[in-house]
Amino acid sequence: MKKKAAGELVFEIFNYTLMIILAVVTLYPFLHVLAVSLNDPYDTVRGGITIFPRKFTMVNFIEMLNYPQIPWAVLITVLRTVIGTAVGVLSTAMVAYVINRKDFIARKPVAIMFIITMYVGGGLIPDYMLIRGLGLMNNFLVYILPGLISPFNVIVIRSYMEGLPSDLEESAMIDGANDFLIFWKIILPLCAPVIATISLFIAVGHWNSWFDTYLYCSGEPKLTTLQFELQKILSNAAASSQVDYYSNLDPNRTMKVTPHSLRMAMTIIVTLPILFVYPFVQRYFIQGMTIGAIKS
Amino acid sequence: MHSKKLSNKLWRQKYLILMIFPFIIWLIIFRYIPLWGWIMAFQDYKPGRPIWNQEWVGFRWFVEMFQDPDFYKAMRNTLVMSFMGLIFGFPLPIVLALLLNEIKNIAFKRTVQTISYLPHFVSWVVVASLVSEILSPSGVINQILQKLHLTNYPIMFMAEPRYFWWIVTFSDIWKELGWNTIIYLAAITSINPELYEAATVDGAGRFRKMISITLPGIMPTVTVLLILSIGNIINIGFEKQFLLRTAATRDVADVIDLYILTYGIGTGRYSFGTAAGVFKSVVSLVLLVFANWFSKKTTGYRMM
Repeated sequence: MKKKAAGELVFEIFNYTLMIILAVVTLYPFLHVLAVSLNDPYDTVRGGITIFPRKFTMVNFIEMLNYPQIPWAVLITVLRTVIGTAVGVLSTAMVAYVINRKDFIARKPVAIMFIITMYVGGGLIPDYMLIRGLGLMNNFLVYILPGLISPFNVIVIRSYMEGLPSDLEESAMIDGANDFLIFWKIILPLCAPVIATISLFIAVGHWNSWFDTYLYCSGEPKLTTLQFELQKILSNAAASSQVDYYSNLDPNRTMKVTPHSLRMAMTIIVTLPILFVYPFVQRYFIQGMTIGAIKS
Repeated sequence: MHSKKLSNKLWRQKYLILMIFPFIIWLIIFRYIPLWGWIMAFQDYKPGRPIWNQEWVGFRWFVEMFQDPDFYKAMRNTLVMSFMGLIFGFPLPIVLALLLNEIKNIAFKRTVQTISYLPHFVSWVVVASLVSEILSPSGVINQILQKLHLTNYPIMFMAEPRYFWWIVTFSDIWKELGWNTIIYLAAITSINPELYEAATVDGAGRFRKMISITLPGIMPTVTVLLILSIGNIINIGFEKQFLLRTAATRDVADVIDLYILTYGIGTGRYSFGTAAGVFKSVVSLVLLVFANWFSKKTTGYRMM
């Protein structure tokens, strides 16, 4: 009896230690990069920064915001996230609502048309040719239109709608409300938790994407996004540690910061909004994920 | 009579039809027209001419692709990184879910979970930046290795081809480990609590219960997810490889999608790139159908 209790204690200590290690390993890279971004760039070169800045300064951030592309990139990233999320969520919910209406005449074919696209797609080149053909190259709309609806999100919202009582719709119908009003005034508000979850997923997707900028908008400096700018700095750092992307752009600039510190500041700027939003929406997404996981 | 009923119904559902109509148009333009683009794979596509007015070349691009050593390299890299992801990345979320489930301090458990989900929400661009910082010659990994006297000189992790597959695999684990536990934790909560009570009466300890009740309880979920991942081995994506590769590691980093990107768009060989894309889609579809059939057969659970 006593031996068993000792064994459980060992397991308990082992388990808690492992979890603490996991938390440290997950958080350390973020804290380290934050410390470097807040540290004097030439002091950083000496090495030895862990998770606290040694010589605190904001110069990395100030310098970064002084580069001509960055304010544009901030604006474009925020715009695409806000517009893309609003339009995307509304479209997804509307499709889910129509597909969920048992009496809808074309319910099955429409649902199948959407589901097929989960398994087959044109692929990189045909997609690229389509975007070019439509004249969406170097156009803001390329951030919103091609990825407007994901069938997976339709399924998640739809399965939530399935759980709503159907007599609500019927009584509204008797009161003379049309289908659109029912969707807008009754169904959408009732779906608030799942809408919040999907909004988060879509918003994070918009905020984090860089490849569409790389592929479709690299010809227009005013349309670049923050992630794309960070990716440019990264690939330049990888190509050669000697060449600094930003000093290349403007050779007359006196260097107040190092490319390395600038990269760290950029990494933080790109990550920060996620860190702010994340704790507030956390409780929703677990719920949403669980629905999605079970249904798919 | 019948058609009158139909037109009546159509009229009554005019709002529903109006609501879905724009999205059907969207679906056709952005999801079905690119499928039509597949015929480029069998043509010698020249820009500036309509697609029905191109020269047909049959399977020429496929033959060319199968004769290209770079294609095999991309195939090898795709398969190796997929399988490494499966072998190392698949069991870990299960282990973590089991261990998290044993933590009785709710506040501590929540904190660990919250932290472990976090990397899922940052982009691969950010992860690539963090990884190259941690693995840099002056980064924390090199410092630890030097303190432990495992190496005297800093290791250039990012520039060494032999480390690349490991870096991709472990960055992916770091990013998605916590997130992937959600589904297992959900499965654990649906296990009948009476099973645990009965086991306690029989004198089973915590570890015993974890192995004999919790693990079998989530086995159906594990099987379905495993089959699904096997169906997706060719769909490894390209983001992490694209962002983590350097000039020195290109040979081990190029996966199928990067191959398509380089040859299709980079050099303007649209037909060749489409052929490679069609090949990938067909393999992916075959694998998925097989995985679905296998899952139905073994677990009675269908995914498609």
